[in-house]
Amino acid sequence: MRRDAHSARTAWLIVAGLVAFMLVLAGCGGGDDDTTGASADSGETLQKLGKGEGQVNLISWAGYVEPGWSKPFEQKTGCKVNNKVAGTSDEMVALMRTGEYDGVSASGNATARLFEGGDVAPVNVDLVPNYKTVFSDLKDQPYNTFDDQPYGIPHGRGANLLMWNDDDVSPAPTSWDVILDPKIASKYAGKISVYDDPIYIADAAVYLKMHEPDLGIENPYELNDEQFEAAVNLLKEQASNVGEYWSEAEKQISAYANGDATVGTTWQYQYFALLEEKEPVAASPASQGFLPKEGATGWSDTWMISNEAKNPNCMYEWMNWIIEPKVNAEVAEWFGEAPAQSLACDETENANFCADYHADNPAFWERVYYWETPLADCGDGSEDCKDYNEWVKAWTSIKG
Amino acid sequence: MAAEAAAPKRSAGRKLAGLFYGRPRLQVGSLLAGPVGWLVIGYLGSLAVLLITAFWSVDALSGEVVEEFGLENFEAIWNEPVYRDIIGRTVGVAAAVTVTDAIIAFPIAFYMAKVASNRGKALLVVGILLPLWSSYLVKVLAWRTMLSNEGIINWALEPFGLSGPGYGIVAVWLVMSYLWLPYMILPIYAGLERIPNSLISASEDLGAHPLTTFRRVILPLSFPAVVAGSIFTFSLTLGDYITPRLVSSDQFIGNVIFNNITNNQPFAAALAVVPIMVMIAYLLVARRLGAFEHV
Repeated sequence: MRRDAHSARTAWLIVAGLVAFMLVLAGCGGGDDDTTGASADSGETLQKLGKGEGQVNLISWAGYVEPGWSKPFEQKTGCKVNNKVAGTSDEMVALMRTGEYDGVSASGNATARLFEGGDVAPVNVDLVPNYKTVFSDLKDQPYNTFDDQPYGIPHGRGANLLMWNDDDVSPAPTSWDVILDPKIASKYAGKISVYDDPIYIADAAVYLKMHEPDLGIENPYELNDEQFEAAVNLLKEQASNVGEYWSEAEKQISAYANGDATVGTTWQYQYFALLEEKEPVAASPASQGFLPKEGATGWSDTWMISNEAKNPNCMYEWMNWIIEPKVNAEVAEWFGEAPAQSLACDETENANFCADYHADNPAFWERVYYWETPLADCGDGSEDCKDYNEWVKAWTSIKG
Repeated sequence: MAAEAAAPKRSAGRKLAGLFYGRPRLQVGSLLAGPVGWLVIGYLGSLAVLLITAFWSVDALSGEVVEEFGLENFEAIWNEPVYRDIIGRTVGVAAAVTVTDAIIAFPIAFYMAKVASNRGKALLVVGILLPLWSSYLVKVLAWRTMLSNEGIINWALEPFGLSGPGYGIVAVWLVMSYLWLPYMILPIYAGLERIPNSLISASEDLGAHPLTTFRRVILPLSFPAVVAGSIFTFSLTLGDYITPRLVSSDQFIGNVIFNNITNNQPFAAALAVVPIMVMIAYLLVARRLGAFEHV
């Protein structure tokens, strides 16, 4: 009896001690957060390139880091490439915040968040010799330059695609109405495949910009209450016709291959993968830049370096490598996007590649709305626009 | 003299042993500090941090977490119909999966515990455990292929003019029921094993119909085991977000947490409190039903 009482008391003593210990730990943890916040603003730029660390840990979009150009990189620099493919920008931001990665191929809807969160460091472009010949309309853009400092190296750009199964959808659609106009979309009810990310709301805004000019949409990422509501309502109507929202490229490839999807939004990666499997898929012709008549959302991606990069030298080597004319040409042709490197146009296997993809035609890209992080600031200083948190909430309610 | 000579020879280990000698509380304390510390800091501690975070919010402009107490996250969950739908859907599927698994698992477990030979029993146990050795993802993706439009399920049903459920909430229910079945079978099997055969014989000797024996003897005695198994199936379904993502477009609590985790951690934390609350309620009911008495 007495022993029991004793051990019970002992147990309580231990618990009490540990709780106290934990509270102290939690207190310290809070303090740590503050210090990282402070150091984030003064992200350090590498001044001199040193010896490679032997490896580099990357986060990338599917198809950006492939053996075709990562193996030669490993041989040349001795930096082993460890790549993690992410399906959405949210995932990329989350992965970067673990501090385990050296760099990321971030789209415009992640770059600002990574910068604001203090997750990335400015890039010393003098250490990236190939940067000089990058297309000038890709440099110093609001999505890759903050506080007048470049925060990354442009990778390439392109538009999100409208892809359909040629056997089921004819004539070939030339407008997003095939999936967004409820009357037309209902023909393909249950077979529509849509990107599962809040940023897809911008696709509805691009559509409304042309079809409902009264809303006065300028930039599909800067939407006021009325415009935002219209876009969200359009997507809520669409939801009943959507067969599947996809976030992994592989998931969508299998859906098209198995007949679960016949029309929807996609990336070049899935399109070319399905063509390779001899699936009867089609997209707006490359000569039209893959664009339906409304234009399209798209991306201009940037390789950014982590603020806590453990292998900064290898990461700089990688950033220089990916825009090496020959490599950038290979990446662009393999993926099906416009290269960032102007000299890459002389290295492509298809001599007309850069012309087909409008690589050096800035006017063309005015109809492609690169992903941006939606902010409350409408670009004119007013705070009337919906910020990204609102987009995330709305996306949850669209999917229901 | 003798004591002086002996002193330097005492090793550190012996000194330590001396320290513990005759101090039972110190002995128990240092023995338990590791595991209890793991439990308290690793499990309860992180839960506590989660709870605290749920009351914070995110600054709309900078996106940084504001460490001030507030209830807006919970208000949003309560007021927005979409979250109620999602919570209802998640709990509903978890309940459906639990009932399905209980119905499938009971006969299998009964056969294993009371009918099968020793050899057959061993084979069945291996058969049930074997799927647990393969990766969860492989199993879900295999189901995805089977459920697809040109998959084996539609192929098998086609001659009868039927078609499979396709991707959606039915698919989630099917896949989850498949995934968690072993977690239901094993506790029921263990529970049935403990029922002495003499009780069943006694019931028969007293003239009870086999169904009466089942209803009045076996079921009441094994019910705590069913409840114990249901805790696994229910909580595992409640927390899963990968299966819904792969075989449907329906949102479950886990999916919404995942969508909010990068931008709005406090809101994600508040949502994570929901399954905890559901589980606490479930465990309280389970305790009422006697799930913890004989385990």
